Order: sequence, then C-alpha cells, then structure tokens
Amino acid sequence: MKPGHGEVLLAEGDVEVAEDEELLVAEFRRQIDAGMWAAVPTGSGAARREAIMVSSFEEVPRDAERVIFFPRAAGGS
Amino acid sequence: MVLALSATLIVIVALIWEVGWPGVSEWLDRRRAGRERIPAPDYDPGREQRAENRARQLLRSCVSEEEWEMYRDLGFIRVWGGLPQGADDRPAAGGASYAYLVYPHRPLLAYLPQTRELLGEYCVDFPDETRPYGSDRLPDSDDVLARWMALTADERRLLASSNLHVAGRQVDPRRATRDLWRLEEWERRRMRRAGGESPAADTLPAR
Repeated sequence: MKPGHGEVLLAEGDVEVAEDEELLVAEFRRQIDAGMWAAVPTGSGAARREAIMVSSFEEVPRDAERVIFFPRAAGGS
Repeated sequence: MVLALSATLIVIVALIWEVGWPGVSEWLDRRRAGRERIPAPDYDPGREQRAENRARQLLRSCVSEEEWEMYRDLGFIRVWGGLPQGADDRPAAGGASYAYLVYPHRPLLAYLPQTRELLGEYCVDFPDETRPYGSDRLPDSDDVLARWMALTADERRLLASSNLHVAGRQVDPRRATRDLWRLEEWERRRMRRAGGESPAADTLPAR
C-alpha cells in the first residue's frame, strides 16, 4: 500500500503462492528502488501499536497483512 | 465621419494592445528562454477530499484506537519517545519520560509531559516526489501516518533525518501549551467515559 493521491493498493497476494510472492517481491523492490521507505504496522485492537521498518522483502514478517510504502523523510525548514 | 472612424479605430487598436500585450510578451519571453508551458493540474477540492478520506481510513487502520480518537478530536497524535537519553540528548530531568506531538505538515514537537516543558522542534518532511497532481504534499492524514510510522519504527533514524530547532520556531508555544492542556482534558474525559480514574499528566502507555 502507498499513501498519497495515487492508487493506495500497489499489489496483493499470498506469500505462500509462488507466483504471488514473485509479484510482491517485484513490487517491493520497485518501491524501494524508487526511494520509498517501507513499514509494517504491528499490533491490533486497542493495544499499543507501532510499526517496523523493513528494507528488504525477507525482513517482512510472513504473517504481515500489509506493507506500507511512504516517501523518505527529508529535513524540513 | 472619417475622423470619427479613425479615432474609433485607434481606440480599438489601443485596447487590443493593452489586453493582448502581456500574453504576447510572456509567450515571447518563454520562447526566448526555450521553455514550454507545463500544464498544471487544476486544484480539485473533491479529489483532495477523497484522498484525505482514504488517508484517514488508512491511518485509522494502523494506529491504536486511542491515537485515532486523539487525532479525530484534537488534530494531532501524541507519540511517546523511546530513546533512553531523551529526544534532545540531555538526561531526562527526574527520570521524566518525553513525548512528541505529531501534527500534519508541522514539525514534531518534543516535550516533557510531567512539566509540559517544550524541548524542541524536529522539522521533517515526507515529500511525494511522484507529484501526482503537481504537488509533493501528502494529504494531511497520510503525512501524520508517515510521521507516526517513522517515529514508532525507527525514532533515531527519523531524528537524524530532521533539522532540530528550538521550540517556538514554527509551532507557536502558546498553541502548543494549549494543545497539551486540551490533551489532558481529553484524556480525563475519555477515562471518565470508560469508567476509570482520571489519569495524571504523566501517565505512561503500557509497553
């Protein structure tokens, strides 16, 4: 998924299915190569939530529901 | 008759010149500079609102219920700091924890909840370089989500990417103080609704 004005959903699939995983890996690389940061939101319900940053597809937890790509931070004025 | 026609003609030419010359002049300037006019997408409030609505749904699905309600009601999210040495690399006074107020498109405002002391502003942007509609500005809720994710995932990295300024440079300290008071009141009301006790200003979240 990606925030912003464009399509929010970039790709979806089941990592247990080889074809889907290839698609997800390709899209992940495309976004990282485009300079985006990737994060996986964790936690559920009313509990405290946070995100983990991932820089490669292997770092994404296998049970992650989604990866959110967002623009890289830049120092503001 | 001829004189009157001539005078009218001169007036018409003068008016056309007056109206048309700025455009012709601009076209000539662009032509000399070898630049083409880049069509700028029109501002569409409907499109912006739809993007913001999508962004709010995405934000809501990522943050906790309390954080979502905080953003919905107050317009900012409080994120607790996690660095042992504090946000400004100085020992935390009396072991006080610190937190950030996360506003859309404003610096992260670090402060000490126990004393309401403002520590500093971390100026950071998340420019969307794809500029989908001519602007690199994310919808407000997407900007808050980006800040929240970066802060909770890798606070040190985010602070390293930001420019640190003294408090009050961009966020009016009076507004910040008022927002901290609003946050305390909001938490009291929320706890009352939940049937619990009123929380102290320095109540820490469960980790």
